[in-house]
Amino acid sequence: MATLLGVRDVTIAYPTDRGVFTAVEGVSFEVREGEKFVLLGPSGCGKSTLLKAVAGFIRPARGVVELEGRAVSRPGPDRVVVFQEFDQLLPWRTVLGNVAYPLRVARKMPDGAARAEAERFLRMVGLDRFAAAYPHELSGGMKQRVAIARSLALDPRMLLMDEPFASLDALTRRRMQEELLAIWEATRKTILFVTHSIEEAVLLGDRILVLSPGPGRVRALLDNAAAGRRDSEAALGVQRQVQELLA
Amino acid sequence: MSPALRKVAIVAGLLAAWEAWTRLAAVNPLLFPPATQVLAAFGRSLASGEIPGYAGQSLKVLLTGMAIGAGIGLVLSTAAVTTRLGAELLETVTAMFNPLPAIALMPLALLWFGLGTQSLVFVIIHSVLWPMSLNTYTGFVTVPQTLRRVGQNLGLRGWRLVAGILLPAAFPYILSGIKIGWAFAWRTIIAAEMVFGVAGSQGGLGWFIYQNRFEMNTDLVFAGLLTVILIGLLVENLLFRWLERRTVLRWGMSTTH
Repeated sequence: MATLLGVRDVTIAYPTDRGVFTAVEGVSFEVREGEKFVLLGPSGCGKSTLLKAVAGFIRPARGVVELEGRAVSRPGPDRVVVFQEFDQLLPWRTVLGNVAYPLRVARKMPDGAARAEAERFLRMVGLDRFAAAYPHELSGGMKQRVAIARSLALDPRMLLMDEPFASLDALTRRRMQEELLAIWEATRKTILFVTHSIEEAVLLGDRILVLSPGPGRVRALLDNAAAGRRDSEAALGVQRQVQELLA
Repeated sequence: MSPALRKVAIVAGLLAAWEAWTRLAAVNPLLFPPATQVLAAFGRSLASGEIPGYAGQSLKVLLTGMAIGAGIGLVLSTAAVTTRLGAELLETVTAMFNPLPAIALMPLALLWFGLGTQSLVFVIIHSVLWPMSLNTYTGFVTVPQTLRRVGQNLGLRGWRLVAGILLPAAFPYILSGIKIGWAFAWRTIIAAEMVFGVAGSQGGLGWFIYQNRFEMNTDLVFAGLLTVILIGLLVENLLFRWLERRTVLRWGMSTTH
């Protein structure tokens, strides 16, 4: 499979009151077209920071991020982010408007076509009945579904998911994971997924990049044969393997 | 009894006390006319179109000033949220001009624009510009970073990010800026009209009050004041409430409820 995203020797550092803080140091990895790639590590390992650099929100101090061989310099709708925060939806737009508006802005679609496309993706996440509702009337899980529908509708080169299920209760979280797997089966969209949950990483990731903290460095890159098979023998084996790496 | 009904009862009680006092104490109606005489004068003036004409003139000048003030405020707060120099500029000029009462600028307005609508618009702009800019800027600054990034992710930058994300996200603050701006402007216009008097063919409510004092039509002076109160109440309790229900309440963005 072709390489879609290249992260090459990336170091990310911030100035702080007590001098320069290095969040990520010398991290390299490649994400292939159509795979689910997980960045896994404890808090402080710089996994979210890396995702923000891929999204173009922050600039690495050293190294480059390349999408299809071209250096990423700013945010763009070819890399759409699903955030952890529920406030990522525009509160002044309806559920339908939240999916349709980005299509008008980023894909220059006329209003009618944008609405039709938005309805299609709301059906995909099972929220077409809530098209006229406002975000504050939805539960956390529903909000994250709208955010996923919005991202998919934009038809990006890849989906960047920054712990999108971390603020959900355990049951909703499991259901959302299953739905994401089903959506991926249907669309084969390349996904870069950040999580601190070993179980989630092993369920979702075709490959898992394990990061260690202080500053964030690559610990290991695992091929995960157990993806999509929750609670299987293979999954438990990979989970144990990751636990040993992080111990 | 509901609170609204109680308030109506309070107003009725005050009117009755006013009526009783002026009648029983035989107060000179040229100084303090009875409530019924004021209400009758108010009714006549309303029916003849006199008060609506003056009030309309005041509102026209006020809305012109508020619109221009809001426009300048939007430019200032956009500059403030997009550049550091803009932020320092806004902070400095609002700190300087906010404490300056609009009325204090009237001699200068007279000097620069003469007796006329322009002078009135000028002082209205001054009275609304600073509170509205400051509120809009505060609104922009408090927009969650996630929302900002959602906009950037769509490729929005500069004024398109402001129009598409920041303005609607800051709307609760902008609306309260408009409310504060209105309250300042409405008080300022009435006072300013008394100084500037009539400009061209039609004067405003302030002029109406001032002129009737001159002619000793004290009941019409009271009727003018009553109009000032009524318009203030209508705008604040009907127009702004309606706007809030249509926007921040519907969006679940209210900062007060």
